[in-house]
Amino acid sequence: MDFDLSDDQRALKDAIAALVDGVLPLDATRRAEHLADVVDPAAWSALAEAGVFSLLVPEADGGVGFGLAEGTVVFEELGRVLAPGPLIATTALAPVLAAAAEGLAHMVLDAPGRSATPPLLEHPVTTLGVAVLPRIEQVAEEAVLIETAALGLTTVTRSLDPLTPLAAVATPLPQGQILEGLDTSALRQRIMVLAGATQVGIAAEVVAIATAYAKGREQFGRPIGGFQAIKHLLADALARTELARAAVQSAAVTLDDPHVAEREADTLNLSTVQLRWRAVAGAKLLADDAAITNARAAIQVHGGMGFTWEVPVHLYLKRARVLASSFGTRSELADLLAALA
Amino acid sequence: MDLRYTDAEESFRADLRRWLAEVLPTLPPKPEATDWPGRRAYDQGWQTLLFEAGYAGVDWPIEGGGRGASPIEQLLFKEECERAGAPYVGTGFVGLLHAGPTIIAEGTPAQRERFLPPILNGSEVWCQGFSEPGSGSDLASLRTRAVRDGDHYVVTGSKIWTSHAEVADHCELLVRTGSEDSRHKGISWLIMPMDLPGIEIRPLTTIAGSTEFAELFLDEVRIPVDHRVGEENDGWRVTMVTLSFERGTGFVGELLESMRLLRSLTDLAQRTGAWGDTAVRKRIGSLTAAFDGLWALTKRNVSEAARNGIPGVGGTVFKLAYSEQGQQLTELAMDLLDRAGLAASSIEGADGQGALPNEELVDAWIKSISLTIAAGTSQVQRNIVSERILGLPKEKS
Repeated sequence: MDFDLSDDQRALKDAIAALVDGVLPLDATRRAEHLADVVDPAAWSALAEAGVFSLLVPEADGGVGFGLAEGTVVFEELGRVLAPGPLIATTALAPVLAAAAEGLAHMVLDAPGRSATPPLLEHPVTTLGVAVLPRIEQVAEEAVLIETAALGLTTVTRSLDPLTPLAAVATPLPQGQILEGLDTSALRQRIMVLAGATQVGIAAEVVAIATAYAKGREQFGRPIGGFQAIKHLLADALARTELARAAVQSAAVTLDDPHVAEREADTLNLSTVQLRWRAVAGAKLLADDAAITNARAAIQVHGGMGFTWEVPVHLYLKRARVLASSFGTRSELADLLAALA
Repeated sequence: MDLRYTDAEESFRADLRRWLAEVLPTLPPKPEATDWPGRRAYDQGWQTLLFEAGYAGVDWPIEGGGRGASPIEQLLFKEECERAGAPYVGTGFVGLLHAGPTIIAEGTPAQRERFLPPILNGSEVWCQGFSEPGSGSDLASLRTRAVRDGDHYVVTGSKIWTSHAEVADHCELLVRTGSEDSRHKGISWLIMPMDLPGIEIRPLTTIAGSTEFAELFLDEVRIPVDHRVGEENDGWRVTMVTLSFERGTGFVGELLESMRLLRSLTDLAQRTGAWGDTAVRKRIGSLTAAFDGLWALTKRNVSEAARNGIPGVGGTVFKLAYSEQGQQLTELAMDLLDRAGLAASSIEGADGQGALPNEELVDAWIKSISLTIAAGTSQVQRNIVSERILGLPKEKS
């Protein structure tokens, strides 16, 4: 057992960090705020060339052949810079959808439930196709692929996250093409782990931003980072990040390695199916919580400046909300976990 | 990110599991919580069994007489012992986890030969004299004075939070040998035999009603100079060296115990009907996520210790997070007990299904209040995290 990053994983982390700092600096990304299409084609191509979308595709099928463990390393970096666009869905679909593996932007949508809220599609203009996943409680049903152009879309004039444009999708949905042989549970779990990793990236970055601010900002003749009220807020935020990161990476390894899943399932007296759900649900819950709570704490540390559009922490909070409301809200995940406790 | 155990680790686990299954049924009944001589005898009996089977000081280096197990084997050892319901280290705590490792690292050959074997085989019990009524979180302000008189130190002062003092043979004692304001630079580490004249022990009763702690009043206690571990005035460093023995497994037993408690709360909620309450289920679900996350974090910390040979700051992060979650867990337990939580001794359920688990849960609730206080308050842990990891300005010291 060595739960640290391996040397290769460390190298991957450094390479991706260098790439996103080069092609996706947040200042540049922010120029697309409130645009209908927030994806910079050059940056997207750079990610595709680096293998971000074919990351989980087996080498035999022309992909990078990495596991979700490496996926968490990559998506934590993407979360750190708030990389815009349907990255998680495209990467998660790639093993079962050749177009996604080639870097054509796709989204994944939960099948409409009995909610007053219409299905909201992220990145409607950017996205070529949408995979509609049966709801979590109906995993036996099949997923279908629908061309975005075939959907009845009403643009949402103003989205909460200025870097996540939205459209309301008319229901019932048009007929789609059944995604044959797709394990919908595995797809959902991949998405949850990658979303969790993105949240960890957000949770960690807002602590870094707020810590830097607290070291430089002086009041009462000293850096505010010297006050325990500030220090303790940030210490708790860091602890939340570390807990979530360990849970997300552990869930990734649990999905990657059947031996690990079997051993843990045996220890907890669960089936391996239950164990996998418990691992990913717990991981996403902790990651959602870390991202949202830390972003709020980071705004608080910035005081009045934290309430300005200029300071970017609000963008992290808003993105954290987007991810937390997708593929299992904290409330739904807690319910699922109770059934597996 | 590899969570597989090697064949060697799996065989270490299998041997241990087999041994525990053989030996645990032969243990005598547990003594009453207030019967300290009985508890000392029980804990010593368990330590002797561990010693004979080669599991004493599993985390101690081989040159100190221990097993020299890797951090991962140490994790497996704690995991298997907890799952099998093996006794806790109990009154052996200070000797095995603190004084012994300190003497291994800093003691003279004569001190090692005299003091280490009786810790490993369970024949001698240690207590700790670090904190003082005026020196808690700020330990370096301690004032218990040691004045040199020939071959002896004459020690006068008082100590607090000394666990198992009444049944201990020796005390690891921090004393002031430097000037009054010398702080970290004027402290020495002494071994104090507990049968010396001038030691008064006054038990402290905790809010749980338990008496494992005591205050020590020292009135011109004469401790031989050859009982000093490390150089005079170098006791602070000696104490810190001990901490480097920590391998990220510090709270594994407690964590697994909490996970067991959480599973038992699911049963209790189903028995009382509270399971039908969505809010209760969500609290159970959130705690499940948190404790699974803490278990993953433990593996991270142990891996770091195995890789680097020294523990990272992950232990502090773990302690901070575990303390909070542990308290939320017991708060849920009390909510589920409802008015049965007003009874601290066992009561029968009105449903004809036998005794309620109130005795255990009330006890766990009260004890959990110390989680954010003992072994460094959460406020001190937050200072450590923010200063050592985030690099924020230090408190004045």
